[in-house]
Amino acid sequence: MATYLEFIQQNEERDGVRFSWNVWPSSRLEATRMVVPLACLLTPLKERPDLPPLQYEPVLCSRPTCKAVLNPLCQVDYRAKLWACNFCFQRNQFPPAYAGISEVNQPAELMPQFSTIEYIVQRGPQTPLIFLYVVDTCLEEEDLQALKESLQMSLSLLPADALVGLITFGRMVQVHELSCEGISKSYVFRGTKDLTAKQIQDMLGLSRPAVPIQQGRPLQTQEQPAISSRFLQPVHKIDMNLTDLLGELQRDPWPVTQGKRPLRSTGVALSIAVGLLEGTFPNTGARIMLFTGGPPTQGPGMVVGDELKTPIRSWHDIEKDNARFMKKATKHYETLANRTAANGHCIDIYACALDQTGLLEMKCCANLTGGHMVMGDSFNTSLFKQTFQRVFNKGFNGDFRMAFGASLEVKTSRELKIAGAIGPCVSLNAKGPCVSENELGIGGTSQWKICSLDPSTTLAIYFEVVNQHNAPIPQGGRGAVQFVTQYQHSSTQKRIRVTTIARNWADAQSQLQHIEAAFDQEAAAVLMARLGVYRAESEEGPDVLRWLDRQLIRLCQKFGQYNKDDPNSFRLSESFSLYPQFMFHLRRSPFLQVFNNSPDESSYYRHHFARQDLTQSLIMIQPILYAYSFHGPPEPVLLDSSSILPDRILLMDTFFQIVIYLGETIAQWQKAGYQDMPEYENFKHLLQAPLDDAQEILQTRFPMPRYIHTEHGGSQARFLLSKVNPSQTHNNLYAWGQESGAPILTDDVSLQVFMDHLKKLAVSSAS
Amino acid sequence: MSVNQQTHTGPPYGQPQPGYQGYQQPAYGGQPLPGVPHAQYGAYNGPVPGYQQPVPPQGYFPSLGFPSKGSPVSLNSDTSLAPNFIGSVRAPSTSGTSLSSGHLGYSPFGQGDVQNGIPASTAPMQRPPTSQPFLPGSAPVPVSQTSTFQQYGPPPAGVQQLSNHMAGMTIGSTSTSAPPPAGLGYGPPTSVPPVSGSFSATGSGLYTPYTASQGPPPPSVSQGLPLAQPPFSGQPVSTQRLPTQVPGFAPPPSSTGIGPSSYPPTTGAPRPPAMPGPPLPGQTAAGPPTSQPNHVSSPPPPPSTLSGPHPGPPMSGLHGPPPPTHPPQPGYQMQQNGSFGQVRGPQPNYGGAYPGTPNYGSQPGPPPPPKRLDPDSIPSPIQVIEDDRSNRGSEPFVTGVRGQVPPLVTTNFLVKDQGNASPRYIRCTSYNIPCTSDMAKQSQVPLAAVIKPLATLPPDETLPYLVDHGESGPVRCNRCKAYMCPFMQFIEGGRRFQCCFCSCVTEVPPHYFQHLDHTGKRVDFYDRPELSLGSYEFLATVDYCKNNKFPSPPAFIFMIDVSYNAVKSGLVRLICEELKSLLDYLPREGNMEESAIRVGFVTYNKVLHFYNVKSSLAQPQMMVVSDVADMFVPLLDGFLVNVNESRTVIVSLLDQIPEMFADTRETETVFGPVIQAGLEALKAAECAGKLFIFHTSLPIAEAPGKLKNRDDKKLINTDKEKTLFQPQTSFYNNLAKDCVAQGCCVDLFLFPNQYLDVATLGIVTYQTGGSIYKYAYFQLETDQDRFLNDLRRDVQKEVGFDAVMRVRTSTGIRATDFFGAFYMSNTTDVEMAGLDCDKTITVEFKHDDKLSEDSGALLQCALLYTSCAGQRRLRIHNLSLNCCTQLADLYRNCETDTLINYLAKYAYRGVLNSPVKTVRDALINQCAQILACYRKNCASPSSAGQLILPECMKLLPVYLNCVLKSDVLQPGPEVTTDDRAYIRQLVTSMDVAETNVFFYPRLLPLTKADVDSDSLPAAIRNSEERLSKGDIYLLENGLNIFVWVGVNVQQGLIQNLFGVSSFSQISSTLNTLPVLENPFSKKVRSIVDMLQVQRSRYMKLIIVKQEDKLEMLFKHFLVEDKSLTGGASYVDFLCHMHKEIRQLLS
Repeated sequence: MATYLEFIQQNEERDGVRFSWNVWPSSRLEATRMVVPLACLLTPLKERPDLPPLQYEPVLCSRPTCKAVLNPLCQVDYRAKLWACNFCFQRNQFPPAYAGISEVNQPAELMPQFSTIEYIVQRGPQTPLIFLYVVDTCLEEEDLQALKESLQMSLSLLPADALVGLITFGRMVQVHELSCEGISKSYVFRGTKDLTAKQIQDMLGLSRPAVPIQQGRPLQTQEQPAISSRFLQPVHKIDMNLTDLLGELQRDPWPVTQGKRPLRSTGVALSIAVGLLEGTFPNTGARIMLFTGGPPTQGPGMVVGDELKTPIRSWHDIEKDNARFMKKATKHYETLANRTAANGHCIDIYACALDQTGLLEMKCCANLTGGHMVMGDSFNTSLFKQTFQRVFNKGFNGDFRMAFGASLEVKTSRELKIAGAIGPCVSLNAKGPCVSENELGIGGTSQWKICSLDPSTTLAIYFEVVNQHNAPIPQGGRGAVQFVTQYQHSSTQKRIRVTTIARNWADAQSQLQHIEAAFDQEAAAVLMARLGVYRAESEEGPDVLRWLDRQLIRLCQKFGQYNKDDPNSFRLSESFSLYPQFMFHLRRSPFLQVFNNSPDESSYYRHHFARQDLTQSLIMIQPILYAYSFHGPPEPVLLDSSSILPDRILLMDTFFQIVIYLGETIAQWQKAGYQDMPEYENFKHLLQAPLDDAQEILQTRFPMPRYIHTEHGGSQARFLLSKVNPSQTHNNLYAWGQESGAPILTDDVSLQVFMDHLKKLAVSSAS
Repeated sequence: MSVNQQTHTGPPYGQPQPGYQGYQQPAYGGQPLPGVPHAQYGAYNGPVPGYQQPVPPQGYFPSLGFPSKGSPVSLNSDTSLAPNFIGSVRAPSTSGTSLSSGHLGYSPFGQGDVQNGIPASTAPMQRPPTSQPFLPGSAPVPVSQTSTFQQYGPPPAGVQQLSNHMAGMTIGSTSTSAPPPAGLGYGPPTSVPPVSGSFSATGSGLYTPYTASQGPPPPSVSQGLPLAQPPFSGQPVSTQRLPTQVPGFAPPPSSTGIGPSSYPPTTGAPRPPAMPGPPLPGQTAAGPPTSQPNHVSSPPPPPSTLSGPHPGPPMSGLHGPPPPTHPPQPGYQMQQNGSFGQVRGPQPNYGGAYPGTPNYGSQPGPPPPPKRLDPDSIPSPIQVIEDDRSNRGSEPFVTGVRGQVPPLVTTNFLVKDQGNASPRYIRCTSYNIPCTSDMAKQSQVPLAAVIKPLATLPPDETLPYLVDHGESGPVRCNRCKAYMCPFMQFIEGGRRFQCCFCSCVTEVPPHYFQHLDHTGKRVDFYDRPELSLGSYEFLATVDYCKNNKFPSPPAFIFMIDVSYNAVKSGLVRLICEELKSLLDYLPREGNMEESAIRVGFVTYNKVLHFYNVKSSLAQPQMMVVSDVADMFVPLLDGFLVNVNESRTVIVSLLDQIPEMFADTRETETVFGPVIQAGLEALKAAECAGKLFIFHTSLPIAEAPGKLKNRDDKKLINTDKEKTLFQPQTSFYNNLAKDCVAQGCCVDLFLFPNQYLDVATLGIVTYQTGGSIYKYAYFQLETDQDRFLNDLRRDVQKEVGFDAVMRVRTSTGIRATDFFGAFYMSNTTDVEMAGLDCDKTITVEFKHDDKLSEDSGALLQCALLYTSCAGQRRLRIHNLSLNCCTQLADLYRNCETDTLINYLAKYAYRGVLNSPVKTVRDALINQCAQILACYRKNCASPSSAGQLILPECMKLLPVYLNCVLKSDVLQPGPEVTTDDRAYIRQLVTSMDVAETNVFFYPRLLPLTKADVDSDSLPAAIRNSEERLSKGDIYLLENGLNIFVWVGVNVQQGLIQNLFGVSSFSQISSTLNTLPVLENPFSKKVRSIVDMLQVQRSRYMKLIIVKQEDKLEMLFKHFLVEDKSLTGGASYVDFLCHMHKEIRQLLS
């Protein structure tokens, strides 16, 4: 282990964990002085092709309050066949199956390289995956057609034994019965009335009359699947049927008069979908996939009235408290989301419309259940089509890249407590000795439920060092954290993945350099960003920015080297050098800035930010910019206006957008058609290179980014210009050489100015 | 396909016309219409001559040149004159009439004649205008008319008086005394002379001859009408006498003994006797006529008195004295006979009576024998019907004259609209309205009109013309908003018109202006239906439409219960099969190629299933709505479709519905949400329409409008009985209100196996103007035909939607109360979501001021509705009535059938709020008051022991008794609560013809039928006594047909009719007659078919074997007998009535 960078990387690859600090300050007081909390980004299901799952149950610590899983950090007495829990120090007998263990014959879970290990356990009946399509029919003909085709296509992507169901909605909500011959049958619900799960089940005929139940279990169990089978059928059985049904779907027939929005009962449709699954398949993996082409306009969960003259709420309205329906709608969807989460199901939202669709209100549905959220302009775009297709992508071993009903349990050694988590999860309210009273994110628990997750789903988990300053940890002591993730694999197996990690403690007073050197600024930036975004959901934007700034200044004060009141003397060590820049871009990012973004867009961006892994998160915070020119191979360049040069092609990846920008000269060449001339084939290659690279990104990313191909002076160039650091603006244009870069017309401060201020404040003795 | 087949059999599908014809033919003439008149005529003439010969008429006729017509007419007129005396009275009046008619030259038309003597006078007045076109033929007429007119003016009074007297029926003692006068009577005539004098004056030449011809008797009568009366009165009057003592009806005894004998003639061969004209004259002259003319003498002859009919022996005791007296008097008897036996056919009766008389005389002696009142001696409905039929069936009823009483509903007649609405549209309880409310109160005769705005007309009568007044809409009075009608008076050269209702003067809109001719009539009078006809339609403008938008074509939604019971009984499959073909026969307007009506389908049990049958779909889509608590319509496009466009999808759906629910185990149903669903669907489609709901059980599933079984027979005859008729929840009332607002009419087909609370379920149907059909214990084999026929007719019949009806009247009276299936949101407008050709509304009028004799009373019924093609229209019916200051006029122009219609509806509504007993007592009391008032004010003084009935109301007691005995007011143990509620609703929408046959069923001796002719056998009275063990009878009341087979019927007949060899082998479970190829079977089946076609509902056929269990049921309909449930026999009731009257008088 040469450098911390390598160490960090190794750890990430093996365990899917990145800590903000890789050497931990050993007391509460010191830890708080570190400014950036001790936290980690955990990717519970990080793909590990090299990790063979174990086909047996994990061995648990016998102390009821601990139940930690046997791991490489445990002390093992091979002779006595005893092991000591490294969290509670309980000594445990090995189970009989382990009778043959010895130093040379260790089970995998004791080998150090298996700090992360996965068990396959046999528990309960295996139920097939469930996909419930909830489809908006208030779409333009063209959109609906595209959506229908996508849905029909998706049937072929599903596992053959998966159950599918279809709910359509417009003014009414229709639950389609799938096994009818000769006549298509559906149950229809009024779109304006919220119903309890019980009512829904009664109305769908899902609740059995009391009599048979009393008669005895066998009968019930026999009939139960038969009942629900009307609405949820194995794909292979009703493939054709459903294809026809989808094919016959019509636009919502109710007339929409001039100046009105179509009446769209999204709230009720979701409620029914949730109720349907709740009654039939609780606690099994199920996806409710909502496809909507506009805002809910009636019933519970309505976001905007049907009068077109009243526009859908904007950030301005929300600030002015003018968003009439927002609170109520949000509450409706939150209730639904919580119910869904309780059932272990998830809700995906695929919203395609030019205007807002109410993602702000509905975001919790996806956020709390781990569902996807996709926002596009139309179902008839490749953005939607491919993204949707990608939901059903398969991993390296042919399994779907999705898992269900996971619960994540975190165990810590006693110097640590759990402050909370931020990610697509809900609290399971598991109190325990390792739960901190101070909450960061979703706290007050040591267990969370993640109803749906994929290999890249990443949670931020925050800890609190509780060791008192006057009770020092012995030299070489290590703190440990164990993550136990139980989930339903896409193959419907139950699995448990256990990751146990340990880090050294260090006394911050004497060993600050160690701690400093072990700082993971990337992880820290993302962790702080998650905290900031989490706060932004409930606090005023400026407050969050101020808080971020203060944290940054304090960090610089703590770790910078400077002379008091001399900004020019300020230096940051290498391990901190990028951090301020991340913060600079974070402040400008749509996660914290709502200006120029609709509430839906903000929700959409934040949704993805709260679940992507570190790399993607960093891209989101600070987009990547590559330059292609005749001057050399493609190279990453500064995200700065000075990088915009006439003879360059720029490729920017902001995670949500891929922008290819042709410099002025290049654009002219292209217009002149040089690329078509044999003698300028190299120009053709140059033009092609960024396209190929972009394609590569487009292929792998979920959701598929918006692909923008533009050129100097093009209207779409704004995507690039709004992201780069405005080092050259109309204010300082003449101060810089005319040759370099392009001026950005903005009053935003540039990185330079930002840094100057930061230094000033950091060194100021006043603060 | 089935439909097609049906078409053949059932005219219903094809064209209503055939049906109609059938109706008329069979019913009346038995021969095609054209034939009928002739035939009848012939018949008439026969008798007439005999009769009339003595009468002057002949002389007249010749002069007129329309002898034939004249004579019948004259008969009619008589009728009116001599209200009291059925038979006799009329006869005389007839003659009188004939006279009058002669004068007028009316005879040709018959109309004039039809009217009673008095009315005739008014008639002439009006006629001139109306009839003018006709007149040409008889040039002289005009002159005579005018003259007559004036003359008439005065006479009327006299006439009336006369008639009044005539009307009085003297019984017992009175009669006694009377006879003598009568006999001498002729002396009295002298007294009459004055009258005649006046007449003659008026009549001038004409009259005199008449009188002359009549010579002795008539002279007194000589007053045109009066003349006629006298003769009548003489005998007829007496007709109704009942011996005071009912049981003791000693007098009747006479009748028994002799009466029977005398009677037979009347009924059986009434005419022959009549023929004997000679005797008649003699008699008439002797007794009645004279008496009548002589007001003084009146007591004896005129009144059709029931002497001593009283039940109680005591009564008899009291009367004792009188009776004896009576017997001796021949005259008396005559009267009795006449009055009772012969209703309207004066001549025949007369004859009959006469012969009887002598007998009577002798019989009186016999009185001792039976104590009972002789059934034959009391007014016979059959006789009245027969007489009216023969008197008035042959002439077209021309409506040009104010206040003329139309023929009875049982008579087959042709109507010519000349300014008043046809009686098929409006019938009144009285065509002569008291001028003041005091008079009205005194008489207690309810003033009501029975209106059937969309009545179906026979094919040879023209439908109301459609008038378009352009964009500004129909021309209306500025103040009262009455519509332009023939009674509006144009003034100032046609620039303005004065409203005939409120007298307000309104400018004539420029586009409507037309010059007046010298008579003050518009030049375009004949070009404009609204100026020359009693009934016509206006095309409504957008102002008359809901939301100021022209309506869309209406929709039919079929809503089928698919719960276990419905599926198991095969009902669902049956309905689906039938609908496939039935949908081709939706009502269409005029000559449109296809119906504009769209259709939709819903099935339901505990939840509702809607179906998308859009033409573009490959297969139907079913949409289940389980949220019954909050009903809504899940689809818009594709729910209501054009049948032809979506045929394949619809057929596919109808094929699948029975399959889909074949295995259902759902037994619970909802009901309220079903209607809500239909309502919402119509709302969404923005149209009016009709729901056809096929429902099987009490809706106990959890939903709005859920009901509980609250049937409790113990409540019967308690103060809480009324709750059985009241809805158990107000939910349906509110729903009905919404339905009406949308124009959503609900027709309900019920197939209950147990109580399902018709009283509550029917509320919406009732208030939206829909119909209920009920098939208890529905079984496919037995009830299929009945149900399908009802369904077909119900689907096909003409219907209007979203209707509002208002009745405007002349200042002085006001429509105050309404009965029928509708909803009222205010006190004047009757709102009906749907109104079909069978629905009838009864409207009661009350005085709020005085009326004047001159201007009479006008009614204008305006119905705004949407036609089946979606056209908004106004149908206007106008009717002009006379007004009187003499009670006698009122009593002479009443219509008992209409009165019964009103009273039944009034009583049936009463049971909602009062105990049944109270309602019955009130009915009896009102009736007694009506009759007592007559007795007191109109009849000639006579002994209290005499029951004197007005001629026009002599059937009131028997009919009223039927109402009192009906299941609603006096239920038997086998009558379910649902049945009662069902009947209550049915009756409320019935027209006069239906109530008539419903309360007094038609009983036909099948074995007497002439297999070679098309005619029906003569009906007989509803009493077991009339049944012979050796005969087969048919009884129909509009709901059921019973075929009663006597135990001693010849085997041959049984073989011919039932195809089995003996009585014992006849299956009483048969519900159709086997199709056998022999004349008798064919005849009987043709009779049954004929009857079926006449009725708005397909009747259930029940075979009843004498002395079989079912006979109890059958006997229930023999309404003249004492009923098992405690209903009085006719005789008993009449006696009771008499007692009541006497109490009132004393």
